[in-house]
Amino acid sequence: MVKVKIETHDLNVWFGSVQAISRLNLEVYENEILSVIGPANSGKTTFLRALNRMNDLNPNYKMSGLVEMDRKDVSGLDVELLRRRVGMVFALPLPLPLSIFDNVAYGVRMHGMRGGQKLSRVVKESLKQAYLWDEVKGRLDESAFKLSGGQQQRLCIARTLAVEPEVILFDEPCSGLDPISTSKVEDAMVKLKEKYTIVLVTNNVKQAARVGDRTAFFLSSELIEVDKTEKIFTAPDDSRTDGYIRGKFG
Amino acid sequence: MRNSKQRQKIAFFLLFLATLLIVIPVGLIVVIIIQKGLPAINWQFLSDMPRKGMRAGGIFPAIVGTLYLVTGAIIFALPIGLFAAIYLSEYAKENFLTRVIKLAIVNLAGVPSVVYGLFGLALFVVFFKFGASILSGSLTLGIMILPIIITASREALESVPQSFREVSLSLGASKWQTIKNIVLPNAIPGILTGTILGLGRAAGETAPILFTVAAFYLPRLPASVFDQAMALPYHLYVISTQVPNVDEKIRYGTALVLLAMVLFMNLIAIIIRYQFRKKKKW
Repeated sequence: MVKVKIETHDLNVWFGSVQAISRLNLEVYENEILSVIGPANSGKTTFLRALNRMNDLNPNYKMSGLVEMDRKDVSGLDVELLRRRVGMVFALPLPLPLSIFDNVAYGVRMHGMRGGQKLSRVVKESLKQAYLWDEVKGRLDESAFKLSGGQQQRLCIARTLAVEPEVILFDEPCSGLDPISTSKVEDAMVKLKEKYTIVLVTNNVKQAARVGDRTAFFLSSELIEVDKTEKIFTAPDDSRTDGYIRGKFG
Repeated sequence: MRNSKQRQKIAFFLLFLATLLIVIPVGLIVVIIIQKGLPAINWQFLSDMPRKGMRAGGIFPAIVGTLYLVTGAIIFALPIGLFAAIYLSEYAKENFLTRVIKLAIVNLAGVPSVVYGLFGLALFVVFFKFGASILSGSLTLGIMILPIIITASREALESVPQSFREVSLSLGASKWQTIKNIVLPNAIPGILTGTILGLGRAAGETAPILFTVAAFYLPRLPASVFDQAMALPYHLYVISTQVPNVDEKIRYGTALVLLAMVLFMNLIAIIIRYQFRKKKKW
């Protein structure tokens, strides 16, 4: 029996008067990769940012319904603790203007871990999990901006892992990357689902097919369908899903 | 066709002429003051007390007085201005109160400097009974440069990309941790630049110190913040208009020292900004 890690119940989200998500009921299982596909402005990223409450930063944000993690309403949790448990990797590689080491150590330091061997170990382990360690081990003191785009994105993954989250949200993580970097990031994701629960928003339908255990299709702020990835890509229930996957619109 | 080309040439020439007209007065001011003031500059002029009713000797107390006033102004204005800027750019929600505050800052920048002087006289000298003193003068100058510091700091804070804040928050850092560790360090060059420009302004103003601190003739150094002090801009005004028969050399020498101090501060601001642009990584 699969365990439900995150679920939404009748989730509605508005930004000002624009509804970004309508009556969303969706479950994310533990240790799976759930891919979320759909055209621009279909509510994919808003869904993602509802899970770690990054939407709260937008002053026009309003919601109704429920987002639960481990059966607890996330709006009742301490937001900083929630974001430690639900990490996020953004669409563009966004290193902080710090050294490679300090980027990875940033979150852990903010949570009170001070210098020393333990911190170095966390940084090393995280970089290894993100398949970046071998490329940067000799130059941890260099600025993170000296890395290539693909390396920067894996650095961002390492930075998220260092905080030891339970869930990782990927928001179109490969949209700015070349094919080789993309496949490295995808390899990392597949490996990571052994320990983490992953939600992957992607504009790349093929990527969803490659790495997702299940795939959800969003259209115009609504969830059209969600099912096992093979089923979505071979025999979807809804003709609109089929149309989107075949590139007929979006 | 020919006509339109000729018109373009005329337009170009007029625009160029207008731009050139900006350079001429700046150049002339600098050249004339250096030419007439440089002969007065020597170690004695910079380090001696004024003598013979300011017709001889040096301007040391006025230099020291200006340095004290500028330092005092910054001690008051920098923390308050910076904290206000952080509040406005990071915390304040867009509502009636913040709009009023922002409007007040804009208007504060437009108040004529002599009005600041009068305000300082009423509030610090008379009401708080600080008397005409370095304290009163510094506070008055501090209020005058507050809008410069707030505006520059806000621009510096807002130029730090929003994505850095999002990354920091997404890693579970608190808002204050984000400001302290990510936003402020990347805004410091801009804040410093604005602060130094404010300093230059404070060093050069006469009106705000006229009623609040400036001594006509005080050939000794101030002993405490409750002392009056001489200051370069006011001293220049006095020897140019209030004391007869002051050697032209001394007047232009004083002007040269003041100009050099202000230009030096602006130069430092430019260097900081340049260094920052060179190192900027995003």
